[in-house]
Amino acid sequence: MRPLLSVQGVSKRYGAHIGCADVSFDLYPGEVMGIVGESGSGKSTLLNCMAGHIAPDAGKVIFDTRADGPKDTVTMSEAQRRMLSRTDWAFVHQHARDGLRMGVSAGGNVGERLMAVGERHYGDIRGKATDWLERVEIDATRVDDRPTTFSGGMQQRLQIARNLVTGPRLVFMDEPTGGLDVSVQARLLDLLRGLVRDMGLSAIIVTHDLAVVRLLADRLMVMKSGRVVEAGLTDQVLDDPQHAYSQLLVSSVLQV
Amino acid sequence: MTEYNFAYLDEQTKRMIRRAILKGLAIPGYQVPFASREMPMPYGWGTGGVQVSAALLTPDDTFKVIDQGADDTTNAVSIRSFFERTAGVATTTATSEASVIQTRHRIPEDALTENQILVYQVPIPEPLRFLEPRESETRKMHSLEEYGLMHVKLYEDISRHGHIATSYAYPVKVEGRYVMDPSPIPKFDNPKLGNMAAIQLFGAGREQRIYALPPYTQVVSLDFEDHPFEASKADHPCGLCDATDSYLDEVIIDDQGGRMFVCSDTDYCTARQAAGHKGKDAA
Ligand SMILES: Nc1ncnc2c1ncn2[C@@H]1O[C@H](COP(=O)(O)OP(=O)(O)OP(=O)(O)O)[C@@H](O)[C@H]1O
Ligand SMILES: [Mg+2]
Ligand SMILES: [Zn+2]
Repeated sequence: MRPLLSVQGVSKRYGAHIGCADVSFDLYPGEVMGIVGESGSGKSTLLNCMAGHIAPDAGKVIFDTRADGPKDTVTMSEAQRRMLSRTDWAFVHQHARDGLRMGVSAGGNVGERLMAVGERHYGDIRGKATDWLERVEIDATRVDDRPTTFSGGMQQRLQIARNLVTGPRLVFMDEPTGGLDVSVQARLLDLLRGLVRDMGLSAIIVTHDLAVVRLLADRLMVMKSGRVVEAGLTDQVLDDPQHAYSQLLVSSVLQV
Repeated sequence: MTEYNFAYLDEQTKRMIRRAILKGLAIPGYQVPFASREMPMPYGWGTGGVQVSAALLTPDDTFKVIDQGADDTTNAVSIRSFFERTAGVATTTATSEASVIQTRHRIPEDALTENQILVYQVPIPEPLRFLEPRESETRKMHSLEEYGLMHVKLYEDISRHGHIATSYAYPVKVEGRYVMDPSPIPKFDNPKLGNMAAIQLFGAGREQRIYALPPYTQVVSLDFEDHPFEASKADHPCGLCDATDSYLDEVIIDDQGGRMFVCSDTDYCTARQAAGHKGKDAA
């Protein structure tokens, strides 16, 4: 099987600071990769390099495109990259307001990607938006309400619906449950797990929260100072960490 | 009387504006930045249009100014007299006699010809502005032809009002490429934008943008398959000239709430009345 995403030697510096350094891994279709590490370890930098939000200084991010097979997204044109990000990719931000249009109705938020790829039938767009609201457990009667009238958990679910409506194959998530109450987090995680399974999604999920990766991720990478210090199957890394830093990370969580 | 350079602006500024106009004509619907000058009138008075007109006018031109279709509003009168004073050009209220027509919020009813130029005053040139305030982002959207957001606005309209309620500044796509704000003309005028014989120039003073439609350009109003564009107007004949094909203003005629509908294009209405057409409210 061919990897859906192949990250090869990706590095990004901010002046003298290291953002991330020489990261390589393959992600196969249907796989969920977790990325954990302390604050400042380079998780978001790496995720944004992969999602095309920032340009890495070195390395390749090869995505298996539907039309042309594996293509390096770092060197493809911006137009192609932006097309990927509204069709085959999804990006779920930690803060829903970074990923939503707060002045636009829930239906308009979900419909935007459909309209961006050329759908021009209002009734169809609205129908799909309504279906997606229900799939993320938002009552269909809220379709014309703005996200400002939604709770934090609902906003996050709306962000997910808005991203998944075009049937992407790869979802990037940066702390998708951060800032939510524990019970709201649990519901969101269940929802994400169901969607990943039902849609056969591949995903890369950045989090501080080892419980999140335990639940969602097949594999895990541990980052420290911009580098991957350990990688493996999630249960293996969490239950039997090899690197001293991973051991510290796991034990500090267990003590909580 | 103060001495002015012909048409107020110095020659170098006019050259700069002409270059922007030519670039605009070469890339229909594309917003060309230009270094807008201070004009001796407030921005709300159409300084973008005034600068475009100033760069176009020659001593042989005949100039007409309309404001919402009328030649006699304060705004229209003062722009007309500004160019009478600074360029000494002939002015007219007759659409057919004008070589350059500066307009705010209307396209004349009479079809324009290849010998005419229509100059629009534009307050906000960026059609994507209302949902995407970042200029860097809207510029990218234009360059990459990412116009989904324009339909989000129309979607919101329908979801709120049951139909596309946008009735002014209705967005259009030019030659299948750039999405453009036609300035706050009523959508009734949108079909006239396309395939027009005259050159159409759009000037935004405060926003420092010029854009253009060369003659016979394809211009399509955005819509949905199940909510097609409609060039609507009040469903009445003109009370003065009985025209059924012109855009109408509703006018209050007494303090008992009496009202009538009259052509917003005063030249069109006057000419029809002179030709003997009579509406039900005509004296
Ligand atoms: N825009 C930037 N300019 C300069 N340095 C930056 C910038 N963004 C990140 N950094 C630095 O790069 C390193 C990695 O940051 P990054 O945001 O990727 O970490 P993170 O693992 O996502 O942290 P957190 O868990 O706090 O979100 C840090 O040292 C950070 O200070
Ligand atoms: Mg981060
Ligand atoms: Zn009339």
